[in-house]
Amino acid sequence: MTYLAKPKLHHPGLPKNALGYTRRDYEGAISTLCAGCGHDSISAAIIQAFFELDIAPHRVAKLSGIGCSSKTPTYFLGNSHGFNSVHGRMPSVLTGAALANRDLIYLGVSGDGDSASIGLGQFAHVLRRGVNMVYIVENNGVYGLTKGQFSATADRGSRSKRGAVNNDEPIDLVLLALALGATFVARGFSGDKTQLVPLIKAAVAHRGAAFIDVISPCVAFNNHPGSTKSYDYVREHNDAVNRLDFMPEREPIGVEYPEGGTRDVVLHDGGLLRLRKLDPDYDPSDKVRAMSFLEAHRARGEVVTGLLYLRPDSDDMHAALQTVDTPLNALSDSDLVPGNAALAGVNASLR
Amino acid sequence: MTTSPGPLARVNDFVVKFANVNGSGSASANGLFARSILRMGVPVAARNIFPSNIQGLPTWYEVRIVEAGWRGRRGGVDFMVAMNPQTWDKDVAEIESGGYLFHDSTRPLPPSKFREDVTALGLPLTAICNAQYSDVRQRQLFKNVIYLGALSALFGIDPTEIERLLAEQYRGKEALQDSNRKALALGREHALASFDCPLGLRVERRDRVGNRIFIDGNSAAALGAVYGGATVAAWYPITPSSSLAESFASWCRKFRAEPATGRRRYAIVQAEDELASIGMVIGAAWNGARAFTATSGPGISLMQEFLGLAYFAEIPAVLFDVQRGSPSTGMPTRTQQADLLSCAYASHGDTRHVLLFPEDPRECFELGALAFDLADRLQTPVFVMLDLDIGMQDWLCEPLAWDDHHRMDRGKVMSAQELDAGRDFGRYLDVDGDGIPWRTWPGTHPSKGSYFTRGTTKDRYARYTEEGPAYVDNMQRLLRKFDTARMLLPRPDIADAAQPTSAGVIWFGSTGAAMAESLAELERQGIHLDRMRIRAFPFHDSVAEFIAAHEHLFVVEQNRDAQLKMLLVNECGIDPARLTSVLHFDGTPITERMITREIAERARLFVPGRGYQRTEIRKVS
Repeated sequence: MTYLAKPKLHHPGLPKNALGYTRRDYEGAISTLCAGCGHDSISAAIIQAFFELDIAPHRVAKLSGIGCSSKTPTYFLGNSHGFNSVHGRMPSVLTGAALANRDLIYLGVSGDGDSASIGLGQFAHVLRRGVNMVYIVENNGVYGLTKGQFSATADRGSRSKRGAVNNDEPIDLVLLALALGATFVARGFSGDKTQLVPLIKAAVAHRGAAFIDVISPCVAFNNHPGSTKSYDYVREHNDAVNRLDFMPEREPIGVEYPEGGTRDVVLHDGGLLRLRKLDPDYDPSDKVRAMSFLEAHRARGEVVTGLLYLRPDSDDMHAALQTVDTPLNALSDSDLVPGNAALAGVNASLR
Repeated sequence: MTTSPGPLARVNDFVVKFANVNGSGSASANGLFARSILRMGVPVAARNIFPSNIQGLPTWYEVRIVEAGWRGRRGGVDFMVAMNPQTWDKDVAEIESGGYLFHDSTRPLPPSKFREDVTALGLPLTAICNAQYSDVRQRQLFKNVIYLGALSALFGIDPTEIERLLAEQYRGKEALQDSNRKALALGREHALASFDCPLGLRVERRDRVGNRIFIDGNSAAALGAVYGGATVAAWYPITPSSSLAESFASWCRKFRAEPATGRRRYAIVQAEDELASIGMVIGAAWNGARAFTATSGPGISLMQEFLGLAYFAEIPAVLFDVQRGSPSTGMPTRTQQADLLSCAYASHGDTRHVLLFPEDPRECFELGALAFDLADRLQTPVFVMLDLDIGMQDWLCEPLAWDDHHRMDRGKVMSAQELDAGRDFGRYLDVDGDGIPWRTWPGTHPSKGSYFTRGTTKDRYARYTEEGPAYVDNMQRLLRKFDTARMLLPRPDIADAAQPTSAGVIWFGSTGAAMAESLAELERQGIHLDRMRIRAFPFHDSVAEFIAAHEHLFVVEQNRDAQLKMLLVNECGIDPARLTSVLHFDGTPITERMITREIAERARLFVPGRGYQRTEIRKVS
């Protein structure tokens, strides 16, 4: 829908968040993706989440790889720095960025080709390092920009638009993320913003590697009968294990919550995560059961969504590396350069 | 056999080679040998020649005792310490006529295993050890110290210097000091009782070392990174560069702990591969930290795609490439200068990169620190091109020095204040005419100065575009930036021969060690050459001027394909016929003898004003 210019005028009555920003301040350039693309819904959810979290847009760094999904950071948080890196390598670039400045919020956006195929190695290692970030995979099971080839998350037996059948086993990034040590693992659906926005907000508040796999149908190449990542298929097979309400610390707690079946989790920033359980058997703190639950439902052809695993006491890469509180990019000459006097000792030890 | 010239007799000018088995603990004893001679004020040039192996394969340590202070390999061996039966025949064959063969005589060897023109010096080392020690590990380790004791007697090395070194090495571990001292004395006593000590080859105390230091290039480069203000290092283990990253960690532990908390003013990540290493460096540098990786040729190959991104998106990044025998896995533990082209033009498309060529560990420190200023100033990757010979060998160098007035040059980084003051920010806008645009770091300002970094084509304001003119405009600006780099980089070292000449010689990096000595020898033979040591790429104008001012030039380098010559021909528009290559690429460091021989042979065929008097020049292998 690129031919429609985005109006620059803001309605004076637009609601503002605690920092005085309107929702428009969290938007980006107009999307160049196909009309109806699931990815645009995810961008909208990201905009909503950051607006509601009262995070200044420029304190977010958004990084991506290559592909349709990786183009989306242009379409949200226009006042944030963005980095569209190389195919499958967003995790390493994000890791380096996070090392340089621990004070920013890092949002990695990737796709199933980017993360499950060419970038599977980097996907694995960024999670096991516990990089403090939100890692979103916009998962549509196909390569959109190269016109509809299967990706590694396409289900076995699913059909491409041209009728080809996928013979390979799919990679379930959620199961993989659990095995690799991600401390926040969730799955959402681009068509379910009510579930997705709180998931993103909770992931931002989480300290450590937070991963969200978002099923996002490709209207051009993977939204036909025979696809297991179409709107219709996911709506029919979606099995949500919980609904979340995320309340930042400063908000009064205790507004309207359904009776029974809730569970509260306090996150690092003091924010409260209230899980409304839809499946009474589901316990997001039990990683082993989460994995078997996922496998059992997958065998039944069901797509489990919701917050699947959370370790509230998680820590991040900077804690493991014992780095100083000051961002490394803010250290000065006097912090970093030992000076000529120190060299005298070095020289003496080398004679 | 020709008549023997008699045993060699020279003071402070000979080559000793130790033939050992990898993993036998010999490295420590051999290092003590070299350093004890330095402590006597006599310069040495020492080199480990080791296999890609942890235990069992042959390894050698060559120590050139050289009062004149030359730092290269001479070529040839005067005294062989033959401790490895696997390589005996080859080791014995390598000894110069009149040389010596020191060996373990516990088990007798047939006379055919020896040479008439080489003096055999046998000591029953195994028998001595077995009589003294019951523990198997001790027998092995102390055998090394025992031969060190014997050698000290044979060469007239002052044993108190070795004892002092042992005391420094085992400070606080008196028992270890004591047992090593005893083994040392045992070796000395046996040698003094068995041979006429000292030999004709001997060490005499001098004052020729001064305050120079003995350091390897990898740890010097790592210290350069500390002084250069690097805070992020991402690396993947690969010989011969691993010790650079590891040294950075140990220097940082020493110099970069926050005094109040002990927490770290640095982050080091051992990445999953070289792609991730350079990705992390690029991410960190994009976000305003000084970041580097250390790698070798195979790692450079893996980083190609990212290097194109860093060039095109203009991200400062520092790479230390410790070159090794290539291509492919090649010779991981041997030296070469064969990554010039793969670094100078790394990645697909039209790219060019900045290279620095340190000639020794001291320059690894200096250029290692400078690389970070250059990368920030030029907003592009900067490669510091070491090789295994500089990186992993201890070299005798002038002491390291630092100018305390120096401040990090972070280049053109626009601040929130400047943005608020209304400065126009276009990420790829050439406001200063030097091809270098301004950048902002993420998180700088709530509403100004943010931009999208991408590997795709963009306009001056970092907006995505596939318009031809915008693309060409950007690519032309990158060329202007490269021209700016030419002026900012270290200039070549140029010096005249003792007599006016129309011939010259060009080299770079570790070749300088042997080159300096070779030039002195050539001069003695009446061959005069003006000289130029290249220190950086892109080449400063004085490089082309030097070439233009000479009728005929030699280019000495350590690779098969004459990569420096190719760069010179390509970048300076030189007629290749004017440049004669002297190429050494068998994985060993180039020697003075090789350079002298090759240049002398060709130089005699050259008549000024008329060129070569024989058209066919033998190809050097």
